[in-house]
Amino acid sequence: MFVRLVYESFRRQTRRKLLVAIAVTLGATVSTAMIGIATGIGDKISRELRTYGANLVVTPEEDTLDVQIGSVNLKPSGTGAYLDEAALPKIKGIFWRNNITAFAPELPVNVQVGREQITLLGTYFSKPLQFGRDTFTTGAEKAFPWWKVQGAWPTDDSDDVLVGEKLAANLRTSPGSNISIDGSPHRVSGILSTGGTEDEQVVAPLSLAQSLAGKPGAVRKIFVSAVTKPEDAFARRNPDSLNPADRDRWYCSPYPQSIAYQLREAIPHSHAEQIRQVAQNEGSILSRIKGIILLITLAALLTSGLAVSAAMATAMFERRTEVGLMKALGAGYFPLSMIYFTEALLLAVTGGVFGFFLGTLLARELGRAIFGSQIAVAPVLLPVIIGLAVAVTFAGSALAIRRAVKFDPVLALRGEA
Amino acid sequence: MYFRMLWRAAVLRKGQAAAALAAVIVAAAAATAMLNLYVDVQTKLRKEFRKFGANIVVQARTGETLAPDAVQKIASTVGSRGLAVPFAYAVARTDKDQPIVVAGTDFAAARQLNPWWSVSAWPKSGDEALVGVRAATLLRQDSGAPFTLTFQGRRLNLSQAGTVHTGAGEDSRVYVSLQTFRAWTGIDPSVIEISASGSSQDIAATIRDLHDALPSADVRAVRQVTEGEANILGKTRSTLLWSSAFIVSIASLCVLATLMGWVFDRRRDFAIMKALGASDRLIAAFVSGEAAILGLTGGGIGFAAGFGIAEWIGRVNFHAPVAVRLNVLPAILIGCLAITLVATLLPLRLLRAIQPAMILRGE
Repeated sequence: MFVRLVYESFRRQTRRKLLVAIAVTLGATVSTAMIGIATGIGDKISRELRTYGANLVVTPEEDTLDVQIGSVNLKPSGTGAYLDEAALPKIKGIFWRNNITAFAPELPVNVQVGREQITLLGTYFSKPLQFGRDTFTTGAEKAFPWWKVQGAWPTDDSDDVLVGEKLAANLRTSPGSNISIDGSPHRVSGILSTGGTEDEQVVAPLSLAQSLAGKPGAVRKIFVSAVTKPEDAFARRNPDSLNPADRDRWYCSPYPQSIAYQLREAIPHSHAEQIRQVAQNEGSILSRIKGIILLITLAALLTSGLAVSAAMATAMFERRTEVGLMKALGAGYFPLSMIYFTEALLLAVTGGVFGFFLGTLLARELGRAIFGSQIAVAPVLLPVIIGLAVAVTFAGSALAIRRAVKFDPVLALRGEA
Repeated sequence: MYFRMLWRAAVLRKGQAAAALAAVIVAAAAATAMLNLYVDVQTKLRKEFRKFGANIVVQARTGETLAPDAVQKIASTVGSRGLAVPFAYAVARTDKDQPIVVAGTDFAAARQLNPWWSVSAWPKSGDEALVGVRAATLLRQDSGAPFTLTFQGRRLNLSQAGTVHTGAGEDSRVYVSLQTFRAWTGIDPSVIEISASGSSQDIAATIRDLHDALPSADVRAVRQVTEGEANILGKTRSTLLWSSAFIVSIASLCVLATLMGWVFDRRRDFAIMKALGASDRLIAAFVSGEAAILGLTGGGIGFAAGFGIAEWIGRVNFHAPVAVRLNVLPAILIGCLAITLVATLLPLRLLRAIQPAMILRGE
C-alpha cells in the first residue's frame, strides 16, 4: 500500500515532482562545483603565484659577498666560490621534485662590449636535462615568466646572446646584428626586456659565460621556483632538533624551508634559502584568496539549501488537500509523514546524484577555462552532497507537512485552507 | 480599491507573503554581497599585493645620480598614491681592504616599503648601521660592535645596530641613513623605489606623471611585480565572477519557486475575480503590481542586508572598511523586479488557459 501510494504519487504528479527534482539537481550542482573550487583553489593559485618567479636561491656554501650595484657586478671575475653545474639535474631528484616548476643557474662575468665594461649573465634558456630516466627542460623562459624577448631566444649550446633593451639602445644593436664581446663577435638573437637589472646586461648561454670566465662547469647561483606551502611556526623549527616523527612530517611538507633543505642535500657544498620578497608574501596572498573563496562557498551552500527548501516547501504546500483527504480517511501523522518523507528522499537522492555529476563537470570545465588545468572533485563528496540534499529536502517538506497536517481536514477538502 | 486589494492580499496570507518576501531579500542580499566582493576584490587584496614592494623604479642613467631635488619632486608627484624611497649606493672598503657595497636610505620608509626584510634591530641614530647577514659574517661583528669603512680616503665609524636578511642582494650590503651617507660620500640617491597603489591604468598614469616630472631619469614598472599581480588578480576575479553567477542564479531559483507557488496557491482568488468580470489584463496588472512592490521592497531590504554582509566579510577577512556602492542599487532593484515579474506572470499565463469554473470547483 505504502509503495503503491509513493509510486502513484510520482506517476501522476510528474510535472510537480520534476520541478522539485530540477531544484534539487541545480542546488546539488552548484554546491558540488563550489566545494570543488574551494578545495582546489589553493593548489591552483599556488601555481599561478609562480609568475612572481623564483622563491628559493642556492648559493655556494662558502660565504661570498655580492659586490653589485644595480646591473654592474664589481667583484673581480674568478674570485669567490662556485657550485658545480653537473649537480643541477639532481634538483629533479629531491622528495618535492613535483613542486619544482623551474630552475635557472646564473654565472655573472665582467666583459668588454665595445668600449664599455658590462656584466654578462650566463644561464639556461630552455635546456633539456636528464635525471635518471626523466628528461625535462628548464631555464629562464620558465623560471622568469616576465622576461620578454624581441627576436628569438638563443639556443643553449650556441654562442648567440640576448642584449638588454637599455644596453641595446646605447649600443644601437638590433636582433640579428653582431656585438663584440671581449674582442670576438657574437650574434644578437634578441633584445631582452625584463624591467630589472638585466635590461643593462647581456644574457648568454651558460656554456659561453663559463668559457669567457675561464671556469668550465661553474655556476654562481641557482634560482629555483617551487610551489610551496606557506610557512608557519612548525616550518621555522630546526629539523635536526625534531624527533623522528616530527622530522618526517617537516620533511614531507612543502615548506620553503624543507624544500631548501632538500636542495642543500642534492647540490654538494651549497647553501639554500628562500628569497623572502617572493616566498614570504605568497603565503599571505594565498590565505586571503582562500578565505574569500571559503566564505563564498559557505554562502553558496546556504543559498542552495534555502532554494531547495523553498522549492520543496512550495510543492508540499500545494498538496494540502491530499493531506486533508488522507487524514479524513483515517491516516495518522506518522504514516502520512513517512509517505512524504520517502518521496522527498527519492527526489533528494536522484537529484543529488545527478547534481554531483553535473557539478563535477562544471568544476572541471571552470578549472580548465580559468587556470588551464582541471579542478578535480573528490568522489568522497558524493555521499556528502546526497546527505546534504536529503537533509535540506526533509527540512523543506517537514515544515510544510506539519502545517498541512494541522489543518482541519474539512477545511482542506473544501479548498479553504 | 486597487491598493486596498493589494494590502489585503498581503495581510490575509501573511505566511505566504512573508516567505515570498524573505526569498527576495535573500536573493538580493546574496547578489549585493557578491557584486560588492567582485568589484572590490582588487582593493581588498591591495594590501597583500603591495607587500611585494616597489612596482615602479626611477633610476638615473648609468654612472650618474639623480638631481638633488629629485626625491622631493617624486614625493610630491606620487603624493598619496604611493610610497617613494630613495637609495644611494657606493663601494667602500673595510678595515681588511675588502670591497663592500654601502647604501644610504630612509629607514622608516624602507621598512614600510619592504616588509619582508627580516631585521633584528633597526638603527636609531646616525652612526648606527643595518648590516646584511653576509656582510655581517664578513665583518665578523656582533651587534653593537664598532667597525670602520673607508670611501675615497674618508673614514666612517659605524656600530652595527642589527642585521637584515632577505635572501637577495640586501644581505651583502651595509645600510646607513641617507644623511650619514651623503655627509660621508657626497653621493646623491641614484634609485628611487616606489610602491604605487591602484589598477594597472593608475600605475601607467603614475609612470607618465613621474616621467614628466623627471624627463632625464628612467622610469619603469617592475614587471616581475606588476605582471604577477595582474595574473593573480585576473584569475581570482574570474573565479569570483563564476561563483557569483552560481549563487545569484540559485537564489533567483529560490525566488521563482516561492513566488510561483504563491500565485498558483491563489488561483481560486483569481478565478473569482475573473468570474466577477475582471479581464485577464486587469488580473495581470494586479499581480504585476504585487510583484513590483515585493521586488522593490525585497530588493531594498536585501541590498541593505547584503551591504551588511559585505561589511562583515570586509572586517573579518580583510580588516578593511567597505565602501557603500550606491551605484549597485539600481542594478539590484531592476534584477529583483525582473525576477518577481517573471515569477508571477508565468503562472498567470498558465492559469489563463483554464476556465474559472474548473478552478472554483477545486480542480
